Amino acid sequence: MTAIPTNQVCFRTLGHDAPSSLATYESLGGYQVWRRILKEKTPPEEIVEVLKLSMLRGRGGAGFPTGLKWSFVPRTSPGQKYVVCNSDESEPGTFKDRDIMRYNPHQMIEGMAIAGYVMGATVGYNYMRGEFIEPFESCERALKDARESGLLGDNILGSGIDFDMHNHLGAGAYICGEETALLESLEGKKGMPRFKPPFPANYGLYGRPTNVNNTESYASVPIILEKGGQWFLDLGKPNNGGMKIFSVSGHVNKPGNYEVPLGTPFKDLLAMAGGVRDGNRLKAVIPGGSSVPVLPADIILKTDMDYDSLDKAGSMLGAGSVIVMDETTCMVKVLARIAHFYFEESCGQCTPCREGTGWLSRVIHRIEAGEGKLEYLDLLGDVSNKIMGRTICALGDAAAMPVISFIKHFREEFAYHIEHKKCLVENRS
Amino acid sequence: MAKIDLLSSEVRAEIDKWIAKYPAEKKRSAVVGALTAVQDAHGGSLTPALMEAVAEYLDLPPIAVLEVASFYTLYDLKPVGQHKIYLCTNVSCMLCGSDQIAEHLKERLGIGFGETTADGKFTLKEVECLAACAGAPMMQVDKTYHENLTRERVDDILAEFD
Amino acid sequence: MINIEIDGKKLSVEPGEMIIEVADKAGIAIPRFCYHKKLSIAANCRMCLVEVENAPKPLPACATPVGEGMKVYTQSEKTIEAQKSVMEFLLINHPLDCPICDQGGECELQDVAMGYGEGVSRFTEGKRTVKDKDIGPLIATELTRCIHCTRCVRFGEEVAGIQELGAVQRGEHMKIATYIEGSVDSELSGNVIDLCPVGALTSKPFRFSARAWEMQQRPTIAPHDGVGSHLYLHVMGNQVKRVVPREAEAINETWIADRDRYSYESLHHADRVTKPLVKQEGVWKETDWSQALEVVAKQLNIIAKNDGADQIGCLASPSATLEEHYLLQKWLRALGCQNIDHRLRKTDFRVKEQAPQSAALPCEFTDVEYYDRFLLIGSYLRKDIPMLNHRVRKAVMLGAEVSVLNPVDYDFNFDVAHALISDVRLLSTQLAGILKALSANAPLFSTLPDYLRQVSPDPAQQAVADSLKAGEKVMLFLGSLALHHPEAGLLKALAEGIAKETSGELAFLHEGANAVGARLAGAMPHVGAAGSALPTPGLDAAAMTHAPRKAYVLHQIEPEWDCAYSAQTLQALEQAEFVVALNTFQSDTMLDYADVILPAAAFTETSGTYVNLAGHWQSFEGAVVPQGEARPAWKILRVLANLHDVEGFDYTASTEVRDELKQQVEESAAQSHEVAGQTDTSSLKSYSASRDNTQQGLVRLTETPLYRTDAFVRRSPALQQTTDNQRTGVRVSRQVAEQYKLDPAHPVTLQQGDYSVSLPWQVDEALPGNHVWTAGVAGLGAPFGAIELTQGKVS
Ligand SMILES: Cc1cc2nc3c(=O)[nH]c(=O)nc-3n(C[C@H](O)[C@H](O)[C@H](O)COP(=O)(O)O)c2cc1C
Ligand code: SF4
Ligand code: FES
Repeated sequence: MTAIPTNQVCFRTLGHDAPSSLATYESLGGYQVWRRILKEKTPPEEIVEVLKLSMLRGRGGAGFPTGLKWSFVPRTSPGQKYVVCNSDESEPGTFKDRDIMRYNPHQMIEGMAIAGYVMGATVGYNYMRGEFIEPFESCERALKDARESGLLGDNILGSGIDFDMHNHLGAGAYICGEETALLESLEGKKGMPRFKPPFPANYGLYGRPTNVNNTESYASVPIILEKGGQWFLDLGKPNNGGMKIFSVSGHVNKPGNYEVPLGTPFKDLLAMAGGVRDGNRLKAVIPGGSSVPVLPADIILKTDMDYDSLDKAGSMLGAGSVIVMDETTCMVKVLARIAHFYFEESCGQCTPCREGTGWLSRVIHRIEAGEGKLEYLDLLGDVSNKIMGRTICALGDAAAMPVISFIKHFREEFAYHIEHKKCLVENRS
Repeated sequence: MAKIDLLSSEVRAEIDKWIAKYPAEKKRSAVVGALTAVQDAHGGSLTPALMEAVAEYLDLPPIAVLEVASFYTLYDLKPVGQHKIYLCTNVSCMLCGSDQIAEHLKERLGIGFGETTADGKFTLKEVECLAACAGAPMMQVDKTYHENLTRERVDDILAEFD
Repeated sequence: MINIEIDGKKLSVEPGEMIIEVADKAGIAIPRFCYHKKLSIAANCRMCLVEVENAPKPLPACATPVGEGMKVYTQSEKTIEAQKSVMEFLLINHPLDCPICDQGGECELQDVAMGYGEGVSRFTEGKRTVKDKDIGPLIATELTRCIHCTRCVRFGEEVAGIQELGAVQRGEHMKIATYIEGSVDSELSGNVIDLCPVGALTSKPFRFSARAWEMQQRPTIAPHDGVGSHLYLHVMGNQVKRVVPREAEAINETWIADRDRYSYESLHHADRVTKPLVKQEGVWKETDWSQALEVVAKQLNIIAKNDGADQIGCLASPSATLEEHYLLQKWLRALGCQNIDHRLRKTDFRVKEQAPQSAALPCEFTDVEYYDRFLLIGSYLRKDIPMLNHRVRKAVMLGAEVSVLNPVDYDFNFDVAHALISDVRLLSTQLAGILKALSANAPLFSTLPDYLRQVSPDPAQQAVADSLKAGEKVMLFLGSLALHHPEAGLLKALAEGIAKETSGELAFLHEGANAVGARLAGAMPHVGAAGSALPTPGLDAAAMTHAPRKAYVLHQIEPEWDCAYSAQTLQALEQAEFVVALNTFQSDTMLDYADVILPAAAFTETSGTYVNLAGHWQSFEGAVVPQGEARPAWKILRVLANLHDVEGFDYTASTEVRDELKQQVEESAAQSHEVAGQTDTSSLKSYSASRDNTQQGLVRLTETPLYRTDAFVRRSPALQQTTDNQRTGVRVSRQVAEQYKLDPAHPVTLQQGDYSVSLPWQVDEALPGNHVWTAGVAGLGAPFGAIELTQGKVS
């Protein structure tokens, strides 16, 4: 295995002293792009073109091309516009944005400032989940330093350009990661997703045009503009530009965040993470956070870690949250836990999700408890299909996809559990 | 007495800090921060009177505040212990043994999830993924994360509150 | 216009409309629960999912805009499958006990479920149950039945303008609730009952008293305010069981006020008079109609002959029908009596009203939404005329600015841009200040008393003036407080002046269901029907009190509550030789002063017409048979006139009465609206004489709370229990309480001249200094007059 390059995008401050400090960031070229834009008034279209070329795809989960998204905000329309950073990071298995904010907050801030400039927005909000006290403090410190250095505020560095931003803390609700729920929450309401269209680009925060991106997406922008769209694209592979942070957790020896090129083979990533713990055999991997379909070992071991390859393999890259399960894992128990999560986190507004997630969770728990019946397996599939695609937001899909994929790939294990009222896996963990 | 008088000047200053972040006519955005500040200053939970005070302070109908307070999991509408222990039991932590940690905590504290110790010191909660799966199993005590838990680590952490 | 197809039917539709709107118009049924055409789109129930060609998933018809060439299938397999799935989800947690549910038979969920008739549920888990809460006297909850459509929540935020209900908690635990144990207090709250598609919110007074299919639905018009909302009465046997709105976009849209919904409860009140009653030598006797009518005809004849018809006075309710008003005046005028009035709470008659006005508003109710500046003068519009307030609120949502001039800082359900809260004695000064700010030498000033001519505008008045000036369409409302004010004439002239300077229009918020009709019918002492001139004017309502008559004809009023000078009117009645009351109810007070009580049918039991503030003649039929021997008042009046041999009383239907008046109105050059600038300004200087320029003593401030406006609402138990109705009694400003060192444990004695009452009191922080506020208090003098206050320690 050739050495895989790491930490060249969002994690470029790692390994340096005081990685989160303004001085460290600036010593690595930070804020140079922002200063250049302020000075040269780079045409926004040019910036968007670079991003399009880079094939940076949204790191929040859906993988929508960022350059294209930025082009949707009606930049020249009159009135206030906003840029919002989605640092809610609540998808089980995901823990990368927390580290970006702890170790390199300035790069996210610079990315947001550039977005503000491109979209004609003078105000930004960074929405963090309520538990993120440490990242919040890190971002507050960074903001203060950036303001004091004149990099944010009114008439920044005499350019005539205004941009300032604020850190916001939520209070515990996975659904606030869904961008329209996030906006509702930011407005001081319950985090209930809005029906789309209209999309935030036209009707966002306080009803104004708003761009929402993930923390990692924003933090990728400055370096793309520094080194060029082609450079970023070449880091990854066509249609899957750049490096991506993979949050590897579960049954590996060295769980952690790994920023590696998109297209890195899964087995290489697994090796970087120290391989499966205790020398156990790999059983299955959820490659993108608990909402994406699970893949059995034989499939994932042949798959590269990028949007298109995982899609082809029948799953999704999602937020790059790789949950590794070894042979001791009881798949019924894992699914039961996942189903419980979506049931707990359904906002409750739309019928299929409000009623369906509870139904799914209860049926799976009964199987786990040894009270299942074989017909439950079809029922689960059927209920999942009646939720999929029929809800206001994608939490419905997120709740359904694991159920469908677990039963598809591990049907026998579920059947065994039902028939024998116990787990197929001996000494399960 | 107006409910608003329940808010100390420190709490008001904290709420004002949040209000300052949003457009002047969008004070409502500060409700989440305000409720957190009020909860932190009043023993970790919210009472009807406190929620009304926040409603008054932000010019909101009280029901709008209750909607928010009852939606987000970090608010407690019932009295809690001095310290809140949030144990993650979601997939990654579960795979790394959160079950055993849960067992240990329940045994040590003599309470189940959602309960408070008799001495009023701890409230134990089961929570969803807290975005620290690299350090699974993990828990949050009050505002601090503790990762790579073992039974011994847990004992040490609890000992700090003696 | 674009072209789409629904179920193969080609339709040409407006772009931007939602599929469900288009389908509704085309008569194509799509099931729905959360969608309501008057509320924002939530798209949360998912019942309306339909297949759309080329769409990968079924789409919610309520939230999917139509597009050119779109093909929608409401009956396809995919659509039915999607809708059935949603139905299954909705039913897993919904009780399936329709036979014991109050909504049974009129439940939208039941209707749709029947359509799909899926057999046994595959859901074997326990059903969710939700604890019910007491949310006040009007609405019953059974929240286990809630399907979370959030129509009720959206109604509060979007229509009632006050969020009282919310959806608390989340996911499966989400439930509809008020704040802690709070009640729902909006004056429009009952509408959530109609909005709730299931039996989660139902009418508390109605609860379980009839099944939907046992009742018949009869249309009528609401009898309490000048909107005249369209209603359906739900009738079982001969009983009105409940009242619901009848859709009328131009009048009440799809809503009604709680007052109109719950006042039917009074119809069976124990106070109903069911037989003619005659007092003989101090003893009341039930009698038959012919005897009772004979007595009335004879007694009035005697007085007319011996003392002159001028010794008869007639006070009629502004909520009596057009026909009743017309017949009253036609009959009495034939006897030679001009003393007739319906303006019972008015106190200043110095500036004569120019009648008739075929409307009190310059426009339709719907047009109100498009004015961009309002000035409310002496009005708690929200509680006085809730459905008109709703139009103003809609205007505010579209960006209109509202300024108010009131003695109390009322709680409106929209943003008030400028609130002038003033001593009630200084309303005219405030208006003069605004007028000055608009035009320092408006011609009106030369006609005004010195104390108004000399005002110089303060910044608050200037701000109101600036706001009005900046408007394109300005409307001024003279509310009931202004119309009843001791300087009402001045206020009107000043409002006209302001209207002129702002190219605005003036609206008169008369009390009652038929104030405009009463004016047209000639129920005023100085003009006859259709504005006809009179040889000599009679006495107005106040004058009939101040100069007591020998006989009185009272029509559907209770003077102690309905007349400005409560105690004095009762005194006048006591001293009279003969008093006849045509009334639906009796009371102990009435038994004291009256000599004959004629049981008049209630509003549900008679035909008639109300002319609303926008000038619509709204006729209705009797929906039920009068109780006991009660008779429609128009018939009683016809017979009385017959007994007096008055010509032209051969009506066989109330419509003939209406048509007779209508013809007169059409023939007279009736103005469409009492336009600004009509006031005869020559009398304005005379106001100096009555004005107390010191504003030092205590002043009384009288309000008629919305559930005290007439005999019907006063006898409706549920309305009487509302929070709104607790705003009665005596309140004083903090300043007064301190100055008089009032002891909260003891009542205060209020005195106006010879009249005094002792009542418990409380402090009201919203009151200006030296004001004593009374609402629903009888037995005192002038409603806005000087008042004395003492607190003798009661042992
Ligand atoms: C239920 C749900 C939860 C989500 N949670 C997150 C999250 O925690 N963080 C995030 O960035 N995006 C999350 N998303 C995706 C966002 O809606 C949105 O697509 C994303 O923030 C866009 O940013 P990007 O284009 O940079 O990825 C979530 C989506 C759904 C449906
Ligand atoms: S899918 Fe679930 S989380 Fe999303 S809006 Fe519907 S109920 Fe809320
Ligand atoms: S009516 Fe369309 S989703 Fe409810």
